[in-house]
Amino acid sequence: MSHHTTPNKTFWTPANILTAVILAIGLALTVKRFTMGIGSVTNLTDDNPWGIWIGFDLLCGVALAAGGYTTSAAVYLFGMKKYHSAVRPAITTAFLGYAFVVFALLYDLGRYYRLPYPLTIYPGPTSFLFEVGLCVALYLTVLAIEFSPALWETLRWKKLRFWAHSLTLVLTIFGVVLSTLHQSSLGGLYLLAPSKLHPLWYSPYLTLFFFLSSIPAGLSMVIFEGGLSHKFLHHKMDETHIKEAPGVTLGFAKAAAVVLFAYFNLKWIGVALDNNWHHLATGWGTWFLVEMFGFVLVPCLMYAVAAREQNQKLAFYASIVTVLGIVLNRLNISLVAFNWQLPSELRYVPSWEEIMITVFIVTLEITVLRICLNKLPILHEHPEFKGAH
Amino acid sequence: MKRRKFIGMLAGAGACLAASSATAGGTHHFKGYPESFGVLFDSTKCIGCRKCEAACNKVNELPAQPVPFDDLTVLDKRRRTHHDTFTVVNKYEIGNKPVYRKQQCNHCLEPACASACFVGAFVKDKTGAVSHDASKCVGCRYCMIACPFEVPTYEYHDPITPRVRKCTMCQPRIEEGKLPGCVEDCPKGALVFGRREDLLNIARERIRKHPNVYIDHIYGEREMGGTSWMYISGVPFEKIGMREDLGITPAPELTSGALSIVPAIVGLWPVFLTGAYALTKRRDKIAEEEQHHAVAEAVAEAQGEAAKKAKAAMDKAEREKQSAIDREVKKALKEAEEARLKAETPADPSEQ
Repeated sequence: MSHHTTPNKTFWTPANILTAVILAIGLALTVKRFTMGIGSVTNLTDDNPWGIWIGFDLLCGVALAAGGYTTSAAVYLFGMKKYHSAVRPAITTAFLGYAFVVFALLYDLGRYYRLPYPLTIYPGPTSFLFEVGLCVALYLTVLAIEFSPALWETLRWKKLRFWAHSLTLVLTIFGVVLSTLHQSSLGGLYLLAPSKLHPLWYSPYLTLFFFLSSIPAGLSMVIFEGGLSHKFLHHKMDETHIKEAPGVTLGFAKAAAVVLFAYFNLKWIGVALDNNWHHLATGWGTWFLVEMFGFVLVPCLMYAVAAREQNQKLAFYASIVTVLGIVLNRLNISLVAFNWQLPSELRYVPSWEEIMITVFIVTLEITVLRICLNKLPILHEHPEFKGAH
Repeated sequence: MKRRKFIGMLAGAGACLAASSATAGGTHHFKGYPESFGVLFDSTKCIGCRKCEAACNKVNELPAQPVPFDDLTVLDKRRRTHHDTFTVVNKYEIGNKPVYRKQQCNHCLEPACASACFVGAFVKDKTGAVSHDASKCVGCRYCMIACPFEVPTYEYHDPITPRVRKCTMCQPRIEEGKLPGCVEDCPKGALVFGRREDLLNIARERIRKHPNVYIDHIYGEREMGGTSWMYISGVPFEKIGMREDLGITPAPELTSGALSIVPAIVGLWPVFLTGAYALTKRRDKIAEEEQHHAVAEAVAEAQGEAAKKAKAAMDKAEREKQSAIDREVKKALKEAEEARLKAETPADPSEQ
């Protein structure tokens, strides 16, 4: 790794200026939210208690952070050791992803300072939200330990690094268990609302749908971020990383194609199970078909072709479509097809301030991720710990 | 960490989850607390005077409303409950005749809000009331997502201590032996308070006696597993803003099946994953062994081949050497023979 010291390079690049502006607006809105209440910045109503802070920040945030458990399971449990260099970037994005999901939750919770209540004094185990809370809290801890060796290496705290590293297998298994549970539980949240969620999206299989779709979501994020890192952070990557990257992309593309296909089929079994075919002829049905074919089957085929023809670029584009598809699915369930029977004037549309706070949190996350990738041994091995895996 | 210890820990975690999860399946059926109270609303008797709204506002010490309660023009607009109004009456024009319907918490026998709450802030009380404990509430608003009747509301403009708000069925007043505020002030007897079983009988009696006035349906008898607040009406309920497609499944049953899989995942996943790991490891080990074996075999074979070759070369050399010797010996013998013959043939003439 080489330190680029270009004296003329200014800190105020266009990207950094944009980041600064977003962060400034976000901070101002944060002050507003915490001094004047949720209602002062959102369009939430008594009919629409959950907006994009849940639909996007929580549901999409967790699904797209699935790269952590999918990658570490592939490498450590299913013997794809050749993808080893993909683990650290995936764990890093997952850790930051979950950390910012919890951070975003503080905006949405009316009494954010009581966040630990369900885990400490008043457990409500009949709720899927309890399971989400419990598993996310535990998994965030798991991810923190899995991520920590990058820190210990930088600080040269060899004992801690050794200790954290020795837990790898246990943490990986624990991480997959916790991820299975909370990814599916996010879908389980909506099992309670069959009268509010459109039948094409409501299914007793919601838990399975959410878990299954989190796998291609995670794999796609690894491919997508890998592609971006190659473009923008190439100088931070060591030889192993650069050499293994095409293998990671194409191997994950193959896996994503298979799981997307299974997901596609299972969704139709869901439609058949409740005999919801007649809904397909409606406007909602058209929208459902757009999601199913345009954002599940199309990326599935793209991945399959990419894996077959060893086409990394196609795999990269497929990852973008898959990620968009997951976002579309989560927003459909939480916002678009939720409360579908309400008259249009009572439907929820996010306020610009709500959107801006979400943009602020995503920007903050990307900024922290950029700092981590630049400063920590994530895309390359620490020289003193080479091959110590 | 030792693997055994780890498995023990997981088993412990599984047991915790299993013990705390909702019990699923079985033939268990909850019919509500015996002797619990409820209210019967008769929409054929309601005149839309809003006296119940005023009473509710007073007994719950809710903030003053911008429009006074005797102003009936608000009935022209569709309204719902909010954090400062626990009950509203809406007017529906059906065949040029106004039909009124009062809206408030239905106090389900098995409430969706209680099932949804991850801190257990909702309690179905023995009086029949579903009450909310704001001192536990984290403000996630999942109860509002879950409620099929869209009852819980939220104080969105309170930055520090926002509360979920809804009708309490006047539980404190019931415990004092008083009627709920709205029931007490209803001038037309459109609201009847009593034990749920009695209310069902009253409702059935009215429907039986006046089949031309009422439709044959007690809303809340079975909806979402049954509610403590029930309705009878002269028009189909869907025409007065009440959903008839909610089904009769109590809310907790919607999630209990999926929740029951949780302990199974906690128990089985680590076994499968450890198995996958072991298989992978074994596969790698076998592959490694096979590789070693193959290499050793190849080496041995190469060595054997070389030895054979060397031996063959040696043999050949030996043979050649032997034949050379033989040849030489033969040649020497032949020469000796020839020499002998030569010596014998020219015989000495003197001897003859």
